Amino acid sequence: MTEMSTITFKDNVTKALADDKLQFAMTETGPRFIAKRTKAREALPEFDALRDQARDIKDHVLDHLDIYLETYEAKVKETGGHVHWAETPDDARAAVLEICRKANAKMVTKGKSMISEEIDLNQHLAANGIVPVETDLGEYIIQLRNERPSHIIAPAVHLTRDQVEADFRRVHTHLDPKRDLTEIPALVEEARAILRQKYLTADVGITGANFLIAETGTSIIVTNEGNGDLTQTLPKVHIVLASIEKLVPTLEDATTILRVLARSATGQDFSNYTTFSTGGRRPGDPDGPVEYHVILLDNGRANVLGTEFQDMLRCIRCGACLNHCPVYNAVGGHAYGWVYPGPIGSVVTPALVGIENARHLPNASTFCGRCEEVCPMRIPIPKMLRHWREKEFERHLQPTSMRWGLGLWAWIAKRPALYRKATALASRVLANQAVGKGRLKKVPLASGWTEFRDLPAPQGKTFHQMWKERRS
Amino acid sequence: MSAREMILGRVRAKLPKGPEGSRREAVERRLAEHAPHLIPARGQGDIEHRIRVFTEMMLAVGGTVEAVDDINEVPHHVAQYLRGGNLPAVVRRGADALLARLPWHRGGALEVTEGPAVDADRASISHAFAGIAESGTIVQISGADNPTTLNFLPEAHIVVLEAADLFASYEEAWTKLRARLGEGNMPRTVNMISGPSRTADIEQTIVRPAHGPKNMHVIIVR
Repeated sequence: MTEMSTITFKDNVTKALADDKLQFAMTETGPRFIAKRTKAREALPEFDALRDQARDIKDHVLDHLDIYLETYEAKVKETGGHVHWAETPDDARAAVLEICRKANAKMVTKGKSMISEEIDLNQHLAANGIVPVETDLGEYIIQLRNERPSHIIAPAVHLTRDQVEADFRRVHTHLDPKRDLTEIPALVEEARAILRQKYLTADVGITGANFLIAETGTSIIVTNEGNGDLTQTLPKVHIVLASIEKLVPTLEDATTILRVLARSATGQDFSNYTTFSTGGRRPGDPDGPVEYHVILLDNGRANVLGTEFQDMLRCIRCGACLNHCPVYNAVGGHAYGWVYPGPIGSVVTPALVGIENARHLPNASTFCGRCEEVCPMRIPIPKMLRHWREKEFERHLQPTSMRWGLGLWAWIAKRPALYRKATALASRVLANQAVGKGRLKKVPLASGWTEFRDLPAPQGKTFHQMWKERRS
Repeated sequence: MSAREMILGRVRAKLPKGPEGSRREAVERRLAEHAPHLIPARGQGDIEHRIRVFTEMMLAVGGTVEAVDDINEVPHHVAQYLRGGNLPAVVRRGADALLARLPWHRGGALEVTEGPAVDADRASISHAFAGIAESGTIVQISGADNPTTLNFLPEAHIVVLEAADLFASYEEAWTKLRARLGEGNMPRTVNMISGPSRTADIEQTIVRPAHGPKNMHVIIVR
């Protein structure tokens, strides 16, 4: 289930649109998230100014990333923690497995981490005899279903309560089959009781990181459930999965970005739990992990620096661009076929897996621009999608018919006199065809359009003709 | 070459070229200055304003707040709160000096246990390192005084917050932390907590609690 299907995006979309349960779940999603963010934004007059500052902080970090990485590493070591550098998912998986083996781990609890998805950590642990247990409720549900998250911050947003109920009944067979699970609180309580025992018995706790602070060697996680905290506090070993662009300079820098993160994501002023972790247990600490490890993953990110795609590395994974995207809200996250869905996913995925494996994604956009409008880090997503389309064209990844069509259009467009004559002729022909109706049911070479709706016929003069008349 | 060298090498090769010394200097200066950015106006004002904003924000996320004038009243209020929530008259605390000094006998039958939380604990009490008005947030630091597990395992988390520690913004908590631990130093864990645990992972419906406490009660001592 977790293999990559980005290349079959078009088929994924067709299936998604025909999936009634998915469509039902998605209908509610976008509008709710949008309303919550709008409310939070209106309640904080400084919000847009904070976005500018947040952008500037990350730009500064990316321009000095080598130095910040070194500074951060030195600080983690100074506080008794360990840093493991990983160029590839393989490196990262191997490092995690080694730490788990040294700890004699049989079972690990996990807080929500997109890096864990990116490196397919759960499969690797399971294949090596270690049981991974996701503890974020949404992640727990999709782990039971052997699915990927369909949203960066709401992994099970594509599911309805009755689907969750069916999964709980299928897996929690030790519980009374007659129990009432029709209401959502009953589902949450059941998961809470089961996962509580997991936290208490896990040998290793694995979390992600929203930020890494160079000044103090600190990693930050942000949750609402408190699962990340129980995951990292109760076991003897805490492993943090992070990627190299998570660095920020200081506590103040992290604070500024945190002010825009929750507001953009869920519309909260601040998440319930924002946790700053620095090293393992100190002398006199009666609880907390003894060992603290950070996996620092590159996986293609360094190669993005200095290119037209660098701005994507400012992303803080809030999900606002997904919530505001008409395409995402129509097809859901799974159609995108890999780890990062939605507009930012369409920018990030080609960078991490190659445009040849993800060429449909940059085209899954209407360029309406809402993603850029709401991005707390002011990432110019549509511009980067266009850059990817250029790369796709340069590398001859589109079908021949499309390249021919584009080539023909370009040839005519570069010859203004011919272009004007051809368009005037075409609009006259089409207008004649549609006499009395004003629309066309069939047009040669345009079945992609007319199969699903009529084509409005051109009326009156062409734009060029009107332009000429008004100027004279 | 190690993965570390490979990654750092790739990063360096891609970055804008400039004199290495001045780039390093820019980073060092920024870390030493740790200048705050824009701080929202919302929390700023006198203590009554900060208490008002803090209370409003905490209530909005499902927590509860009461303000008392005398710290010695705290045990009584704790006992009352537990009774009101139908919880046993038992509360877990750490070694925190302020909490240790409280006249717990004023809580009547209230039993106070000491140490990190265990699964069976129903209620805990901690002494806040700071409170943040702008988002109704409590700041806790790890250690024997207020063990981290107190914040997460029990079903009710009671927090004593001294009014003098109720700041307008997070930045003031960082200033206090640096004054206590020195520049660049952090305790093992800093927990910022804004209300009881919640989830909206099923159909975006907010349910409390998820995995942490069901109730969070802050007692502000004027």
